[in-house]
Amino acid sequence: MANRQQTIYLDNAATTMVALEVCEAMLPFLGESYGNSTTLYHLGSAAQQAAETARQQVAGLLGAEKEEEIYFTSGGTESDNWAIISSVLGQKKRHLVISSIEHHAVLETCEDLAKLGLEIDFTALPVDVEGRVNPEELRRALRPDTALVSIMHANNEIGTVEPIRELAEIAHEQGVLFHTDAVQTAGKIPVDVKELGVDMLSLSGHKFHAPKGTGALYLRKGTRLNAFMHGGGHERNRRSGTVNIPGVVGLGKAAELAGEWLESEMPRLKQLTEKLWTGIAAAIPQVTRNSPVEGSLPGMLNVTVAGAEGEAMLMYLDMHHGICISSGSACTTGSLDPSHVLLAIGVPAETAHGSLRFSMSHYTTEAEIDTTIAAMSVEIEKVRAMSPTWDG
Amino acid sequence: MYSDKVMEHFENPRNIGEVENPDGTGNVGNPVCGDVMKVTIRVEDGRLAEIKCKTLGCGAAIATSSITTEMAMGMTLDEAMALTRDDIAQALGGLPSNKMHCSNLAVDGLHEAIADYRSHNS
Repeated sequence: MANRQQTIYLDNAATTMVALEVCEAMLPFLGESYGNSTTLYHLGSAAQQAAETARQQVAGLLGAEKEEEIYFTSGGTESDNWAIISSVLGQKKRHLVISSIEHHAVLETCEDLAKLGLEIDFTALPVDVEGRVNPEELRRALRPDTALVSIMHANNEIGTVEPIRELAEIAHEQGVLFHTDAVQTAGKIPVDVKELGVDMLSLSGHKFHAPKGTGALYLRKGTRLNAFMHGGGHERNRRSGTVNIPGVVGLGKAAELAGEWLESEMPRLKQLTEKLWTGIAAAIPQVTRNSPVEGSLPGMLNVTVAGAEGEAMLMYLDMHHGICISSGSACTTGSLDPSHVLLAIGVPAETAHGSLRFSMSHYTTEAEIDTTIAAMSVEIEKVRAMSPTWDG
Repeated sequence: MYSDKVMEHFENPRNIGEVENPDGTGNVGNPVCGDVMKVTIRVEDGRLAEIKCKTLGCGAAIATSSITTEMAMGMTLDEAMALTRDDIAQALGGLPSNKMHCSNLAVDGLHEAIADYRSHNS
């Protein structure tokens, strides 16, 4: 039966383990220090103090000029929704520009806005075979009524890093606000808001070892953005709702750790990714790499396997080896279509169903990569042996 | 997401492969949709004496292929023609709704293989 003795977790782009240090930092705020940060007595000020420390830690990770530029949210999805919806509703301009490979938190938000009957529309820029937006395409797409450009820092399925600085400059030349979804990059590669030149940036704590339900929106000082959550006026009237103190403390600690780990982790994960790729490519015929070799997230590898379906492969890898990965097959996207990202970079639908994504973290070891390569070779042979379309 | 029965068939799929010199063949599905099945049969005295299936597809596709071959084995051709996708899903203890139409194809493949056999033996 299922081998549950080992877990090899290679789905860190989906979520990550909470770091022990993060857990420890949070504990007092799940126990005795349970105050509401807006109250005046000692329990309240302890909570407020903790939130402000966390704000500094997040601001530090992002190179933000002032910690007041950080607004705590419930995660990447809320930050993306807030940035997009409030940007367009807060201006007379009614046009949005995104890329065609955005996360659904951006894509679906724009699609929904376009259906509201407010004459809002959006342009989804194409990408090249590596998943990169051509800055010239952005220049052409901008209109006098463009309210916001929102392009992800790195793609969540293939790992391509977008030329954000260049794209933001083009938007700013036309006086258009620029937002980036940095959910996959914060804590993984350097994310410096001044260097990138963005007005807004979304991040999610659980992608870098903070708990789920934590996140932030960076809002450059002086940028006008209406509140999205209304209520008691928390977060300087911009994001109401009692501050999730334990979560925020965890987010801050995770940001601090990620900043410390970044320099040594980037080359290590890059090396593990290349090891995984060369191992798979040597052991298994007809596997294609969808993640770019250069300009991509260290630690992410997306491949397509000819003659095999993604869900079946990932289920056998889990069942027999305890390996946790994800796939862009229709079965795992929850729709009838395979990944919109793979289709956008030109992968045919029939091969996109055979895609697998591996994503590593600080806790990934070389031995786990060796085991994964060996397991892939065994399971793919089995899946292909069952396939009517595979003749070896 | 999947029932224990689906997982059991997925882990140990029955009757994988192709019948040698089959009496009938059914090809269903479409690689663009992600699921492709080839069902081959041997018929003896009006009954299904051997059924094999090759499947490219998700967990549900593999499990439905497996249980379809198992359920139909020994049936008369008319009995096998009466099998429905619902029968297959029920025997598996249910399937997620999004899998009912795209992945539950094996019974169609079986019906096509029987029709193929009948077209040569009418």
